Parts: sequence; C-alpha cells; structure tokens
Amino acid sequence: MNKNPFLKTLGLTVCIGLLSLTGCTTVKEYQKSRINDAEMELSARKSEKFEQNFYLYREGAAGANGGKSGGGCGCN
Amino acid sequence: MKKICISVGVLLSLLQAGYGQSTTQPAYEKRKLKVEEINLVSSYYQQDGNNSAVTGGIGTEKLTDFAQSFDLVLKTTDQRNRQHTIAFDFNIDHYTSASSDNIDPLTVSSASRSDTHIYPSLSWSVHNDNNRTTKGLAFSYSTEYDYKSYGINLNFAKASTDNNREVSLKAGAFFDTWKAILPPELRPDGYGSGAHGDRDPIDYKPRNSYNLSVSVSQVINKRMQLLFTVEPSFQQGLLSTPFHRIYFQDGGETVEKLPGTRLKLPVSFRLHYFMGDRVVVRTFYRYYIDDWGMQAHTANLEVPVKLTSFISVSPFYRFSHQTAVRYFAPYEQHKQTEKYYTSDYDISGFNSQFIGIGFRTAPPGGLFGIGHWQSVELRFGHYSRTTGMVANSLTLLAKIK
Repeated sequence: MNKNPFLKTLGLTVCIGLLSLTGCTTVKEYQKSRINDAEMELSARKSEKFEQNFYLYREGAAGANGGKSGGGCGCN
Repeated sequence: MKKICISVGVLLSLLQAGYGQSTTQPAYEKRKLKVEEINLVSSYYQQDGNNSAVTGGIGTEKLTDFAQSFDLVLKTTDQRNRQHTIAFDFNIDHYTSASSDNIDPLTVSSASRSDTHIYPSLSWSVHNDNNRTTKGLAFSYSTEYDYKSYGINLNFAKASTDNNREVSLKAGAFFDTWKAILPPELRPDGYGSGAHGDRDPIDYKPRNSYNLSVSVSQVINKRMQLLFTVEPSFQQGLLSTPFHRIYFQDGGETVEKLPGTRLKLPVSFRLHYFMGDRVVVRTFYRYYIDDWGMQAHTANLEVPVKLTSFISVSPFYRFSHQTAVRYFAPYEQHKQTEKYYTSDYDISGFNSQFIGIGFRTAPPGGLFGIGHWQSVELRFGHYSRTTGMVANSLTLLAKIK
C-alpha cells in the first residue's frame, strides 16, 4: 500500500494536533501573567528575523516558522 | 430599622449603577493614529565554505551580509471600537559574495561581488473585540540586481470566547521575475551579460510562489501554550538559478536545470513553558517534505533565564537534518543523460547546527533613562553544517514604544 506521503504527513499531524488540544484547562485573563510574558510569545523573536532569512537561503527545507516563504532570490 | 432601609437603598442603587456600567457600550472617542512601537534591527552575517553552486559545487562560498531593518507599527480605534494596526517594514541587505563574483570573472558584470537587496512591506489589520476576529492585508516588494518580487498576503484569525485558542489562516502569493544571467562561456551568440551598459538582450523568466498557512494556538494551562502550523506552498516557473554551473562526468558543462514546479509541505509545533519564576523553555519542531524528494527535521530549543525582572539571558540550540533532492550530485558526478541536475549544496543532504546566546534588557524606566526606549536585545550564533560550511551572525534589536 503506497499512500501519498503528503496526505500521510498531513493526516498524521492533524491527528497529533487535535490530540494535543485535549487536556487543556480554561485559563482566565487574570491568570495569564506568565502566558503574557514577552518571552512566552508564540512566534519567533524579532531579533531572529535575519537568522530565518539565512536558514531559508542555506537550507532547502524552508517554511512553517513565520519567516519569508517566497519572494526574493537568496541565491548568492 | 431606618438605618437598615437606608443601607439597603444605597446598596441597591450601587448595584443598579454597577449593572448600568456593564451593559453600556463605552462612548466613542476620536483617537488619532499613534505610534505603537518601532523596532530597529541590525545584523552582521559572514560565512565560508568550499561548495559554491556558481562554480558547479566547488570553490569559495565566502559571503558577508550587513542587514538593517526598520519597522513602524501604528494603531488607532474606529467608531465601532475596532482596533486598526498599520505596519510598515523596511529592510535593506548589503552583501559581498565571492562565489557570485565567479559568475563572470572577466567583467564582474552580474549579480556579482556585491549587491544591495531592498524589501519593504506594508500591512493593515483590523481587530474586532466583539467577535474576536482579526482580518488583514499586506503588500511586499523585493528587489536585487537580477531579481524582483511583488507579494500580496491575506490573513484572518478568530479567537475562542475565553481567548485561550486562536485559529488563523493566511494566504500569500509572490510574483517574481528573474533576469537570466548566464556564465560567459555558456551564453549563446548575441546574448547579453546583464551588466549595466550592455545593450545585448537578456531573458527574463517568471517564478511564482503561492503559500497557505493554517495555524492553531492554544493555552494549555497557566504556564504552557502551543502553536501548531501547516504551511503548504507551491512554486512554479524558473526554479533553478541560471548562473549555477554543472560539470558532467565526461567533462561537459551546462547550467543548472530543475523541474518547473515544486510542492512543499512543512508542519511545525511550537511549545512554550514557563518553568518556576525565572526560566522559560521555548521549543520548536518542524517536519518538511516536498515533491523533489527532500525530507527534513528541524528542532530548536531556547531557554531564556531571567537574571532579574528586567534582564534575561537566552542560550539556544538548533539542529536540522535534510535529505538531498533527487536531482543533486556533486561536481563532475552528473551524467549527460539525466533530465534535471544541480550541484547546489543548499539542497543537498546534510545536518546543520546553530548554537548561540541572546541577551535582553528592558528596564522599567527605559534604557539609559530614555523612557521610550523600551528594550534592547543582542544575539550571537554560530552555524555549521556537515558539508563544511560555517557561518556566524550577530544581531542587535532596539525597541522603542
């Protein structure tokens, strides 16, 4: 049985994603002092901006990290 | 009894006033567009190696890049109490590249030796607190000597009632144009060099990229949250680089040739955990697969430690593993009978590591007593990969609020 690897990957990650959402507790706004800390921000740091560019240029496996995923050559 | 009646009457009137406050919409106040924050980022990057794609997989990869970024975020509130955010981002890179100097060693004519890459973007988003949605639109532009790109992005996000979960969708398209500069020994008769002042014609080729991103962020508990992202992208057009040389086993020479389409599927998790009172654990994992035969795993761990309430130090480590695309072979390893060929080590199989440390300070009264200067970050990293390439980067960020 040779399934499409893209569909297999997508299906697996959706399952893992849904499973990871179970077991969450409701957190009220006033309980989010740690969640709202600047170091907890759910994105790459602004100071990582140019690091992400060179990953995209120097590694063929690009994307899914909030960085630029298209546009611009980056070949030199 | 009289006192009790008065007390109850006062309490009831207070209660009424309380209800009155909670049900009345806040009156609209005309608010000017005001500066929310300004970020200034400066970065220096240098690399060296011996697998340049310009010379067919051998030769220097020496490169230095000095990059500057300025981003300005403006905010305002409209009559319906929606928050509008306008962001302007301007970036400029100046690089010197020893390998691209070898495109045309006689004239140093093309995207060679040094170039300036400019890429501004403008975005606008609207956040509505009543239905917890955010909608946005962004335009981007990028220009280098031999390359131009126009981009458009749309995004939509909706948060749950308790604001513990947010689903966001992004769609983007980039419309790019290559100036097809060829190595001098492979130019047909009458084909231009691409240099300033050369009137001989040169080809222009398109490359378009379409990206889709679906992500879910979730607060797990008071100390932990995660982000899950699927970001498929599709590219079509000239996906090979016109001035990358290929040397065949029999000594023949040509330029890189790759398929005209590429489908990529990266999926990633980001999990952040606040441990105790001083330590944050930031983890990131990405799996990548594409239809050129490449698969990759990337894992990143960063542990910011708060030395005081306004100073933190963040050591980080990133590991990445990728397999080669099926069209890759080193210098003089390709056969003339192959349909596609590349000797670009950026799409070869390798492991890479990036290790470094960041420093951040955000004093309550502003930096050096300047109230608006909110924080500063300094970040150093050393990159190495198993192909022998090494690089170092140093970044400085200043945030003004």
